[in-house]
Parts: sequence; structure tokens; C-alpha cells
Amino acid sequence: MAEKTTLEALKQKFPEYVVEMSAPFGDETVVIRKEALFEIVDFLRKPPFDFQMLLDLTCVDHPGRSDRFEMVYHLFSLASNRRLRIKLSLPEQAAVVGSLVRFWKNANWLEREVFDMFGVRFEGHPDLRRLFMNDAFEGHPLRKDYPLRKRQPLIPLRK
Amino acid sequence: MQGNFITTKLNAMLGWARKFSLFHYPYVTACCGMEYMSAACAHFDIDRFGAGWTRFSPRQSDLLLVVGTISQKQAPILRTVYDQMTEPKWVIAFGACAVSGGIYDNYAVVQGVDQVIPVDVYIPGCPPRPEMVLDGLLKLQEKIQQQKQDWRWQKRQP
Repeated sequence: MAEKTTLEALKQKFPEYVVEMSAPFGDETVVIRKEALFEIVDFLRKPPFDFQMLLDLTCVDHPGRSDRFEMVYHLFSLASNRRLRIKLSLPEQAAVVGSLVRFWKNANWLEREVFDMFGVRFEGHPDLRRLFMNDAFEGHPLRKDYPLRKRQPLIPLRK
Repeated sequence: MQGNFITTKLNAMLGWARKFSLFHYPYVTACCGMEYMSAACAHFDIDRFGAGWTRFSPRQSDLLLVVGTISQKQAPILRTVYDQMTEPKWVIAFGACAVSGGIYDNYAVVQGVDQVIPVDVYIPGCPPRPEMVLDGLLKLQEKIQQQKQDWRWQKRQP
């Protein structure tokens, strides 16, 4: 598939949901609105694009922005050896986005990690628990407003 | 009577016996484990100092080697392992992470294992060279030789 056709096809198919497109250093990136995540992902998974693999799913905290959290999805097409980055923004008060577990099984633990570290909730996730931190842990440590040297030990420390 | 008895001090004799028969328990959690293996195996060979017998049960060992990063979730486990060891017992903090948390000054990592258990010898380095490990072991032997031997197995206060 020729360069940029994925982005152009997306723009053509979902004109009201594609916010921004770019290809910095050749990495195709599309910023979408979160309402259309399922539709766009479903469209991309099928031929001719064949983005059948979810490489990574993560989150960025932008404390100054009105939409504080930014979800980032990295897709990979085995058939055409192409990558695609999808971004969407979430406001702090409603940091909720649909879960991709229905499309990719590996989204399960990736979304649990994002929930653990950033406190973003995933609607439709089968088992949304913390992945790394213990269940008694308070707060979300990768948020920028989590105190840098705050410790939450499980046993009393000697000093 | 000549040649039929020897005179010595019980304390010195116990120290001499203990410092050359350290059974160690490697509590290996991170990359320092590679340096530990190098120090323990034939090339550097801590068996030359009487510490060659690795026991994989804390109940049979005298020396706890904390090798690597200890996270907050790991701390209760380390504490249990230490409590399971029988007296007399010693602890070596092996590597920068075990000594002070190392580069991991964050929410997840214990800032030095001495926050959890008492430590006798600190070996810094990221990771320490096997020569430094051997030096630390010799320092510990010196300490064992000179300490007051609790030969009635009084419980040490942690």
C-alpha cells in the first residue's frame, strides 16, 4: 500500500472523528475522538489495512491541558509491514475509554497497567484490577502530581 | 602432659570456626545476580574462603546475600526469609540497589535493605566487581572473628 493511504482512507471514512493527522519521521499518527475508537479500530483490523496486531497501548499525562490524559495505541500490520499510531485525549473528570479486549486479548494486561499507573478506566474490561502495585496502594504513581518521594511500604520500616 | 591439650579462648575459636564455614543464601532479584554467579563459581571461587556452600533454604544458612533491587512488594518476603534463618546470622547488601536503592529513587523500591533487615557489610557498585565481593566477604570474616560470639544462641534484636 502506498505511503499515506491509511491516513487518507481514515480521513475519508471518518471525517468528523479524525482530529489531526501527521507522519513525523515516517511514523503515521492519527489523533481521533474517543467516541469512534471501536469503529476505527474495527475498520483498520480488516483488509485491506490488516492491522491485526496491537503492539502497545499506553498513556501520557499532560497536567496543563484541559484534556489531561492522552491514550496512545500502536498497531502493526503483519500483511503489509506497516505501523500506525492512534492517539486520543481524555478529560481528567471523565478519564474513561472503551476497552480493546474485545479486539485483542493482549489489551487486557496493557489496560490494567494503564489503569494502575494513571487511573484511566476502561469500559467493558473483564477484570480491571491493578497490575503492578499492591491492592492497598493509594493513588496512581505515574501521574505527574504523584509526589516524587512518596513511599507506601507494606511493612513498617526500620528507619 | 606435654602435647595433650591446647589452650585457646572459646570466643576466638568459635569466631574462627564460624568465619570459615559460612553457608550462604543468595536472595537474587536482579542483574547483580550475574556478578554473584561469577564470584561464586570456579573463576573467582568464594569456596577458597569457606563460603562455597550455597544453601537454597534460609533455615540452613548463616549468611544472607541480598543481591539486587528490593521493591516494596518484595520487602515482606525478604523479612520472612531473614526471620527464618537460625542464629547466628549475617547479612550482606550486594550492589547499589540493595545498599541504597541505587538509581531507583521512586515509589516502587525500598531505599536500601537496611530499612527492612539489619545489614553487616555493604558492597556498593553497579554491579560490584567479583573482587569487591571477595573483599566484602573478607571484611565480614574479620567482623565475625572479632565479634562477641553468642554461642548460646541468644536472639539478636533486629
